[in-house]
Amino acid sequence: MTSTRELAQPPARPLLKKKSALLTSRRRRTGWGWRGTPYVFLALPVLLLVLFTYVPVANMFWYSLTDWDGLDKTKTFVGIDNYVSVFTRPELFRVFFVSLYYFAASFIQMALALYFATILSFSTRFRNLFKGILFFPYLVNGVAIGFIFLYFFRPDGTLDALLDIVGLGDLSRPWLGDRDVVNFSLASTSIWRYMGLNFVLFLGAIQSIPNQLYEAAELDGANRWQQFRFIIAPGIKPIIGLSFILAISGSLAVFEIPFIMTGGSNGSETFVIQTVNSAFKFSKVGLASAMAVVLLAIVLVITWIQRKLVPEEKVNLT
Amino acid sequence: MTALSAKTGKYLSLVLASILTLLPIVVIVMASFKTTDEFQDSGPFDLPGSLSFANYVTAFTKGRMLEAFVNTTFILLVSVTGTIIIGTMAAYALDRFEFRFKKTVVVAFLLATLVPGVTTQVATFQVVNNLGLFNTRGAVIALFLGTDIVSIYIFIQFMRSIPKELDEAAVLDGANHLTIYRRIILPLLKPAIATVIIIKGIAIYNEFYIPFLYMPGRDLGVISTSLFRFKGPFGAQWEIIAAGVIIVMIPTLIVFLALQRFIYNGFTSGATK
Repeated sequence: MTSTRELAQPPARPLLKKKSALLTSRRRRTGWGWRGTPYVFLALPVLLLVLFTYVPVANMFWYSLTDWDGLDKTKTFVGIDNYVSVFTRPELFRVFFVSLYYFAASFIQMALALYFATILSFSTRFRNLFKGILFFPYLVNGVAIGFIFLYFFRPDGTLDALLDIVGLGDLSRPWLGDRDVVNFSLASTSIWRYMGLNFVLFLGAIQSIPNQLYEAAELDGANRWQQFRFIIAPGIKPIIGLSFILAISGSLAVFEIPFIMTGGSNGSETFVIQTVNSAFKFSKVGLASAMAVVLLAIVLVITWIQRKLVPEEKVNLT
Repeated sequence: MTALSAKTGKYLSLVLASILTLLPIVVIVMASFKTTDEFQDSGPFDLPGSLSFANYVTAFTKGRMLEAFVNTTFILLVSVTGTIIIGTMAAYALDRFEFRFKKTVVVAFLLATLVPGVTTQVATFQVVNNLGLFNTRGAVIALFLGTDIVSIYIFIQFMRSIPKELDEAAVLDGANHLTIYRRIILPLLKPAIATVIIIKGIAIYNEFYIPFLYMPGRDLGVISTSLFRFKGPFGAQWEIIAAGVIIVMIPTLIVFLALQRFIYNGFTSGATK
């Protein structure tokens, strides 16, 4: 096989070359008109990109080396003092541990999403209804979700009433007031909110697996578990890898749910809440910038690892 | 036998998950119909005595929800239209032209997707402030336009599937670049535009932090910030807050029911880019 192909290739090559040369010359001919055209089309998008992404990032680096309070005309250069603070002051570093709750929660979230995506990829009664119910929370306004779960967790609220009904009333506690449980409550709210997105992504990936594979497997006598193990799991590996990476950076950047529900009190403060509070509440723009730079660096490293582990072209759902 | 119990387990888990998903919302709906006294005396699972919309009226008027809907709609329309124009223009330039700095621009857009938006607000705030946009709708619109790179990617991805021969044919008919962009590219990008409208529209409707930070003025409330302000004056009146929550959720529910299929497709293509 290989030898015949090799033999057949040499005469084909010049032909191909000629064809591609023709193609490029035709393409070159489309480069007609005024040469400035692409710049005109790009002027506004690039201006906005520079103004609202690159100028802030550059400024952030500069602020992080100063003790600026956000208002003062002068910014005193303090070197790496702010960075030293971020890593040495325990009250600043502590917030990283809060991320662990959300990171752990994202595993539960992905496991649930994978389970429901798998069972709903097989024919199921009321399939669309279940799919809609499971996905809907992802679309709901974050502030509304915050209130829904403030009501859910409040003393004598939904959760306590539920526990009473099943005879576990003794378990009730201030779900958002107790330092030992507040992060569990908030992380489970996060699962409720985001599970639907993972679920729909996984479902899309599973459904893009050709049907013949299942049919062939069924003919070979494979059961549901084997179908999952040998067809579905390998087929959705890339999207699971991507979700995993997003879970890491996502759990470091948790903000809305704890900010809206507890404002970061009772030990529920996350890294981002601390950053924005330092900047806008305590006027420590220098320190806040250093924290933002640290987070940016971590996210960049994680994304770099992701690109190494999961080649981009493999993640394709459309 | 095992097949039967597996089936029961499957439906049992689905029903259980649906209950856990819906229960927190259902109790809010019930609370929103209770009077203040009724709310105090009843548990979360007790049905309201009557279907009174009084709480909705209070939430809508005292919570300044009308203003919020007007502000949100205005910001949404301007930002989504702007995103489409800017995104398609950038995509057209990057996909159809060869020019110096092309690679630089592509990398610049790519890198920007990695910057987590909430953290850079520390410095973005100064830029917005220096532009004199603080506490105006312009600030929020500018940020929605300027920090949206995902849309550009969706447009580029889609534009690659539009054959270049169409452009060439138009050139032969004497069209210039602007005509090609307006008459050929834009109409053919309709599916991608629909995706962007859905993703971006839902994101803007739900966005909390940007309006919270840049439009603190009381008459500049949007849906999220107006609802958030219920925390103060209605702090102890859960029945009013519940009505506010439902008011905010109704448009989402309607859009979801009407556009289900597009929404699923939109999020699967948007999230992986």
